[in-house]
Amino acid sequence: MDAELHQLTLTQLAAGLGRREFSAVDLTRALLERIERHDAALNAFVTVTGDEALAAAKRADDARAAGEAGVLNGLPIVHKDIFCTRGIRTTCGSRMLEDFVSPYDATVVERLARAGAVVLGKTNMDEFAMGSSNETSYFGPVRNPWDLERSPGGSSGGSAAAVAARLAPAATGTDTGGSIRQPAAMTGTVGLKPTYGRVSRYGMIAFASSLDQAGVIARSTEDAALLLGAMAGFDPRDSTCIEHPVPDYVAALAAPLEGLKVGIVRQHFDQGLDAGCATAVREALAVLEACGATLTEVDLPNLDLSVPTYYVVAPAECSSNLSRFDGVRFGHRAADPGDLTELYCRSRGEGFGAEVKRRIMTGTYVLSAGYYDAYYLKAQKVRQLIADDFRRAFADVDVIAGPTSPTPAFRLGDKTDDPITMYLNDIYTIGANLAGLPAISAPCGFVDGLPVGLHLVGPHFGEEAILRCAHHYERATEWHATCPDAYR
Amino acid sequence: MSAGAWEAVIGLEIHTQLATKSKIFSGASTAYGAEPNTQACLVDLGYPGVLPVLNAEAVRMACLFGLAINAAIARRSVFARKNYFYPDLPKGYQISQYELPIVEHGELWIEDDDGGEKRIGITRAHLEEDAGKSLHEGLDRWSGIDLNRAGTPLIEIVSEPDLRSAREAAAYMRKIHTLVRYLGISDGNMQEGSFRCDANVSVRRRGETALGTRAEIKNLNSFRFVEKAIIYEIERQTDLLEEGGTVVQETRLYDAAKDETRAMRSKEEANDYRYFPDPDLLPVVIDDDFVESLRGTLPELPDAKRRRLVDDYGVRAEDAAILASSRALADYFEAAARATGANAQLVANWVTGDLAAALNRDGLDIDASRIGAADLAGLIDRIDDATISGKIAKEVFEAMWAGEGSADAIIDARGLRQITDSGAIETVVDAVIAANPSQVAEYRAGKDKLIGYFVGQVMKETGGKANPAQVNAILRQKLSP
Repeated sequence: MDAELHQLTLTQLAAGLGRREFSAVDLTRALLERIERHDAALNAFVTVTGDEALAAAKRADDARAAGEAGVLNGLPIVHKDIFCTRGIRTTCGSRMLEDFVSPYDATVVERLARAGAVVLGKTNMDEFAMGSSNETSYFGPVRNPWDLERSPGGSSGGSAAAVAARLAPAATGTDTGGSIRQPAAMTGTVGLKPTYGRVSRYGMIAFASSLDQAGVIARSTEDAALLLGAMAGFDPRDSTCIEHPVPDYVAALAAPLEGLKVGIVRQHFDQGLDAGCATAVREALAVLEACGATLTEVDLPNLDLSVPTYYVVAPAECSSNLSRFDGVRFGHRAADPGDLTELYCRSRGEGFGAEVKRRIMTGTYVLSAGYYDAYYLKAQKVRQLIADDFRRAFADVDVIAGPTSPTPAFRLGDKTDDPITMYLNDIYTIGANLAGLPAISAPCGFVDGLPVGLHLVGPHFGEEAILRCAHHYERATEWHATCPDAYR
Repeated sequence: MSAGAWEAVIGLEIHTQLATKSKIFSGASTAYGAEPNTQACLVDLGYPGVLPVLNAEAVRMACLFGLAINAAIARRSVFARKNYFYPDLPKGYQISQYELPIVEHGELWIEDDDGGEKRIGITRAHLEEDAGKSLHEGLDRWSGIDLNRAGTPLIEIVSEPDLRSAREAAAYMRKIHTLVRYLGISDGNMQEGSFRCDANVSVRRRGETALGTRAEIKNLNSFRFVEKAIIYEIERQTDLLEEGGTVVQETRLYDAAKDETRAMRSKEEANDYRYFPDPDLLPVVIDDDFVESLRGTLPELPDAKRRRLVDDYGVRAEDAAILASSRALADYFEAAARATGANAQLVANWVTGDLAAALNRDGLDIDASRIGAADLAGLIDRIDDATISGKIAKEVFEAMWAGEGSADAIIDARGLRQITDSGAIETVVDAVIAANPSQVAEYRAGKDKLIGYFVGQVMKETGGKANPAQVNAILRQKLSP
């Protein structure tokens, strides 16, 4: 039986635990063994928390025996290493925080633990979530389970690879400019970025505060819905977290698709999109139509401005957010600094990698006196135009569909010399971040054996619509259940 | 050199700590004097992942201040990040308000150098968090960081460059100090750094309208230092310009020990703070109902109180100004004045005189006075009904201060009741005249001044208890030839 556990989804595992077919300890032990066996090649984990996981699994079994099981009782998950975990180091993929142990739990960590989830470990990521290939991690790149020579995408690449390789049924991730959805597309998993403000950012190490949003990577929309329900909700510790009721996302999946209006963005298919990906996405749209949805074309005229806008706003915020890493109170501190300036320069120079430095420099520049209006302020105005485009589009449609990423997974090292090409990888996903909208990537086929993602964007707090749409698509196809051969 | 040819232009930026229980963006205590770093939570320490949450009480206090200076309360104000690196600034940025402050366009009236009323414009007052403290003494080649103060709420009150002298600047600062304490929004404790000020000073030829180049003097934490630093700075700039030199725009520090200001950093070395709206905080939105309900909680303000003390109690204007400088002092005065049948000016004299001196001597606030308002009124009643003289009253006051009981109890216990019995006084006067024949002869020969000598002798014989007016009258009558 154990050999099969890793193939089960969260929902299936919950049912098995409920029927006492296996215990949480059995399940945890099985997955820890798989991590032990496979992660040397994948490098999806920065830290595996075996002892803590087994202890938590034991508590979950005891709770179940006492009739006190929470909705996620005994279900194993992994956390992106950007979420602060009390007593367990939180590196954010950086040398700066190589030995940083948080004295508190992030709200997301706390909520999932309270629901009974068992944390197997912390997953690898692009340094401070800055990257689209996981190659900026201080702990080395993560490898894509579909092809170990390829990137799993980023920045939540460790979470995506762990879920795709069946090392964990589900993972948390964060998405500032596609960082959940792009790796989900490249690993054949489901990646959900909720509405900005749906999930608390407290305890999630900030990259770009106005864009960062916690979400999930899972193997089915049902699992994504289940986890979102446990993570979402108002948190008084995050002023940008919105007081909005949390619906039963799982229950909302079943409603039929009839009458759902799906918008297709003409610009998505204009140029730069891999032909194979385009075919897979078009076929997926046809499936949605067959499920009862109606397709209409929508226009997002400012979409081509989203990447440049993002690369002003995000670095600006990051340049300020990362100022606290100064070697004074926590994190890397240079040895024997001669004076204060040297303490700063060397601690930060040694602690941060090249991509993080590039973005801090860019952000510092765009906020500088004399440049602020031309860059930061202009970008905020364009951001508003992009948000307005979406608002107009959602007056006519319920969901906007398209590709998640212009290409399937690329080879490690292919784009590291050219940041601009790397940045363009996020062209379809960044709009949802700039407008604060919920979006999901669902597996929709393969190109040369590599997964392709279908991207669905909803209006504010429209998680139910995109989850339902993805769920119906998933029931009509088998893509999400396809497992890389080496990880069966 | 003619100082009269030059005019100083001064603007003040006053930082006032707000008297909230917890910090502006965290739940940590703001109490002063704790062991270093014991009142700084993860938010104050700027830990990875933490987020600020605005303290509503700080917003209320800032708005109350705005109403008290007749300012506009912004219905929408925005927190911004002021970015710079310093070890006592944990996040690498200070959360402040920049383009959209919560209070704008206020005013305050001060007495100008000619004794008239002068309006000082208040450009803005914005909310921000305080930084921690760097400690350099006694730590060898290390610096210590105490983050207890980090995140304490401040309002920065920025005046227009309407002040024209060091005296006006100090008067303005005192007035703001009085106001924030009246409103109960700050303890105004300058030793603890709750109330401090930066002064922007420039000079120009009298009659010019353009502003001269200014220097900013940082961190002045007493009224005296503000006055002295500005006096020094005006002189320095005037001398410089007289000699044909130019003033450099720079930040300067005042050295109280040497009574001079010294250059700290020039404009070129100034930080580019890279202000931008803090994405972790929502705009502060305030509605009319909130402002109106807050207006209803405004206490009587210092100027109104001062005028009322003159109008209702007939107190001299100078005394009213002193009494109205503190809400507690004015309350004390009013309570005492109401409790006695005596003239309120007599009460004012005692409160601003002997009582103030005693409080000052023991380093006490009026709230901690060893003599309550009703007890002081009891003492004043005995002066008023001539039971004791003003001079004896001082002795009784000291005994009361020492805790010996009420005025009546002390007067009885010490036998201080004034002698008003003419017969008794006449007996003493007769004895004095008999004992001083030569002085009597001199007096009668026209040396009028000797009356003082005789009064003194009588008072000495009666232990100071004889009614001075009666003594005087009886003496004159008996000495007349």
